[in-house]
Amino acid sequence: MKATIWQQIDVILRNMTPALVTLCLVVLGVMPLRLPEISTVAPPLVLMSVYYWSLHRTDLFPAIVVFGIGLFQDVLSGSPIGLNAFILLGVFGLCASQRRVFHGKSFLVVWWGFMVVAAGALAIEWILMSIVRETLISPQPVYFKYLMTIALYPPSAWLFARIHRSLPRMA
Amino acid sequence: MRPESIQRVAAPLRALAQRFMFLFLLLAAGTILLIGKADPQFFERARIVVTDAFAPVLDAVSRPIATGTELIEEARYLIQLRAENIALRATNARLLQWQAAARALEAENTQLRDLLRFVPDQPVKYISARVIADSGGSFVRTMLVNAGRRDGVRKALPVVIGDGLIGRIVETGERVSRILLINDLNSRIPVTIGPNRHRAVLAGDNSSQPKAIYLAANIQLQRGARIVTSGQGGVFPPGLPVGIVASTGASGVRVETFVRTDRLDYVRILDFGLAGVLDGDRREDDAEY
Repeated sequence: MKATIWQQIDVILRNMTPALVTLCLVVLGVMPLRLPEISTVAPPLVLMSVYYWSLHRTDLFPAIVVFGIGLFQDVLSGSPIGLNAFILLGVFGLCASQRRVFHGKSFLVVWWGFMVVAAGALAIEWILMSIVRETLISPQPVYFKYLMTIALYPPSAWLFARIHRSLPRMA
Repeated sequence: MRPESIQRVAAPLRALAQRFMFLFLLLAAGTILLIGKADPQFFERARIVVTDAFAPVLDAVSRPIATGTELIEEARYLIQLRAENIALRATNARLLQWQAAARALEAENTQLRDLLRFVPDQPVKYISARVIADSGGSFVRTMLVNAGRRDGVRKALPVVIGDGLIGRIVETGERVSRILLINDLNSRIPVTIGPNRHRAVLAGDNSSQPKAIYLAANIQLQRGARIVTSGQGGVFPPGLPVGIVASTGASGVRVETFVRTDRLDYVRILDFGLAGVLDGDRREDDAEY
């Protein structure tokens, strides 16, 4: 029985879910939250999302999507264009190539992997930003941001896993 | 017709194509970053066009968040009501005294202007706008507001909140504009410090307290000295309050500004009719951003 048009649309939308979720997180990331100094220590939810989906559903999350999301985040947040695209692609590349290492391992292993990847991503962001602005930026805000990021990964991963369960099986 | 052998060839080819695509995109991102560094204006137009297109989304999403944080603010106010009341009464009494002094000065001012046949400055135009997006990065201090070219906003206009200067406009689209806050890395504002009006430049360094640099040597500054714009360069009109001296020490002269990210809801964009060094429409190489 050929699938109806609604079912086809449903499948297409479900396949676009990781990309759409990450896009929503980009918009949420730039929302003004009226908490003092929040933008310095707000955890990069987009980084967590790219890490999760690159690891678990590379078929629905190709490199071009990561590139587009990175550029979009640069445009909205006012960073130099290409910065987040570069970093997110790096995270994507690392995760997609190391998938077999994390296959079937417990959540703690995945979390530990995230700690390493996040440290690398934040460090590279700091270095690239210092180079682009031609001045050594104080790394102080980065430490606290890193702690917030790794602390907030488990709840975010739980949310992503819930979304993951509603997606069609991998091809 | 051997589908299996085609599969055997196709799968590694696909993997190779994916890897090639990934490397190509990585290289593209790096190249874009370099181009953006070499010629900042190249992507700025594209950036503002995309931001303009997403303005309605940002506007709509930021409203419920604004309402939510307003409710939290209300709760906080109610808790601090009594203490705030006492403080406000004291401030009120002081302000009434200042009002009397100001009236006397105003009268004297009018007489002196009359004497000198003084030509008054152009009237100021105000444009009010709401903050619809913060900057998401930790090394960029900018904001988006929902006023653009159709509201009369131009590049390099100063932006204030009730107390004083918080930044200037760096990009304008049809519906949104981007503000560069004064504690961003790229921000440089000519100011004068204290009653002796020492000249300096307020340089943001991404922290919450920007530094005052290019001060003449051997100048003693008091904590609490007022800092206002000096008007040099014609970008900012003179006399706009910028902040007060917070500390003077090993890390330089630190300034406490009026930028409070937890209270930036609505801002005012001032149009004094100036056209200074940063008039982006005329100059090609505005390498500030």
